[in-house]
Amino acid sequence: MSLLGFLKPKKEKRSPESGQDRGILVFEHTSEVIRAENVLKADGWKIRVMGPPPEIRSGCDLVIEFPLIEELNILRTLQKTGIKPLKTVPVSSPLLKPVDLFQVKDFGQYLMVRAANMKLTVEKETLTIVNISGGGCPDVPYLAQVMVGKTLTAAPSPREIGHTLCGYALQLAYEEMTRRCLR
Amino acid sequence: MLAIVGTVPDQDFPLVTGEVLIEDGGISIRGKRISVNRGTSALLAAAAKTGEALKQPAPFGYLVGDIGLGDGSRRLYEYLTQHLEKCDFNTIAFHYLQPDVDWHNRVLFAVEEMSQRPILIADAGFMYAAKMSGQAAAYDLFTPDIGELAFLADEEAPHPFYTRGFILHDENRNPDLITRAYTHENAARCLMVKGQPDYVANRRGIIEMIDSPSEESMEAIGGTGDTLTGIVATMIASGIEIKEAAVIAARANRLAGSFAKPTPATQIMEIIQHIPGALLEILGKKSV
Repeated sequence: MSLLGFLKPKKEKRSPESGQDRGILVFEHTSEVIRAENVLKADGWKIRVMGPPPEIRSGCDLVIEFPLIEELNILRTLQKTGIKPLKTVPVSSPLLKPVDLFQVKDFGQYLMVRAANMKLTVEKETLTIVNISGGGCPDVPYLAQVMVGKTLTAAPSPREIGHTLCGYALQLAYEEMTRRCLR
Repeated sequence: MLAIVGTVPDQDFPLVTGEVLIEDGGISIRGKRISVNRGTSALLAAAAKTGEALKQPAPFGYLVGDIGLGDGSRRLYEYLTQHLEKCDFNTIAFHYLQPDVDWHNRVLFAVEEMSQRPILIADAGFMYAAKMSGQAAAYDLFTPDIGELAFLADEEAPHPFYTRGFILHDENRNPDLITRAYTHENAARCLMVKGQPDYVANRRGIIEMIDSPSEESMEAIGGTGDTLTGIVATMIASGIEIKEAAVIAARANRLAGSFAKPTPATQIMEIIQHIPGALLEILGKKSV
């Protein structure tokens, strides 16, 4: 460390234990919590079982804390073993809900749907996905690489191949686009 | 010199550091070729093109493969905490990385140990982590799009996915959202908000609004925000003041887009190729 560095005032570090990037899985029964804990720990996830915050009024007396960003990947892991949580909420604000507003822009030949920070655009006549934009998690460029150029029906859904909350937001845009184009 | 930190969507891509060069319509780092789509590769290509136009050194890249599992990002975070202290970059742009508050804080501490503190730019996942950590004010520039601005403005949201509807629902409230982001200390010293129009703002309010040329289809094209961050980062590293660089970069990105005659199906490399011409036109006019 340089002398100047030593003299610099240290910033207050917010502990990861403050839970800013953690989420909670809420289950109906304690037995599901135990099963989910076993499955996730066996899969290498850093999780912990804890009591629910007071804002949570449903579910049993235990919840599982997990890295929130990786919600989509965690839920897929649980789904494979038939475990389905009642809900998933951020630790910092358990009353928050996933985005449920969509912005739709009609470009004539193309239609764009935005959910939160993710945008999906298709060519209306062929239903080919021509662009994916927005987002900040590393699965966004990956999802775009796999999905762009394929039709809505042929492309894998973000739920299948995404891993993060950005992937989850893209899934919502994808579902809304599918609802509008394939109904 | 400018450093750019981010990921490429290839799980097998190793952690690589080095100068990033434009090569055969893509970019290369240490002989490894990377195709340019959206994400950090688009930012790097735009930065390299801007550097060519401004006669600046090639950007220095810190890259690793990550498809959203976070493993690559965490390796890169760890590498940065071990190596940044000895570096002398004047500007660092952090980009598509798995948001992780603990690792973000460790990297920020490593930056504080550098002999000269660089100008810090955060975009994409690293900007999310910066906001979540409560350390947004440690940054000199955030470059959010509209959805991300709403996230910065929502003091409760841990990710744009959880932005509350009453904040998200109105795209025309950007000036209010900028104010709200600063009120809750969730914005960097300067903000460049990408949208229609683009805004350059700070704690005191909007400094400039840039709305022309306007190509509506740019919003749909993946990577147009990344190119804007690449242009502004290179201009800042060249010594141009942040606010001025942001205004010029916003105009140049729009003009490059306009030169490409885009549709919503246009791919980002078609726009990146026009960045030098756009900069030449804007900076040429400016010097007259």
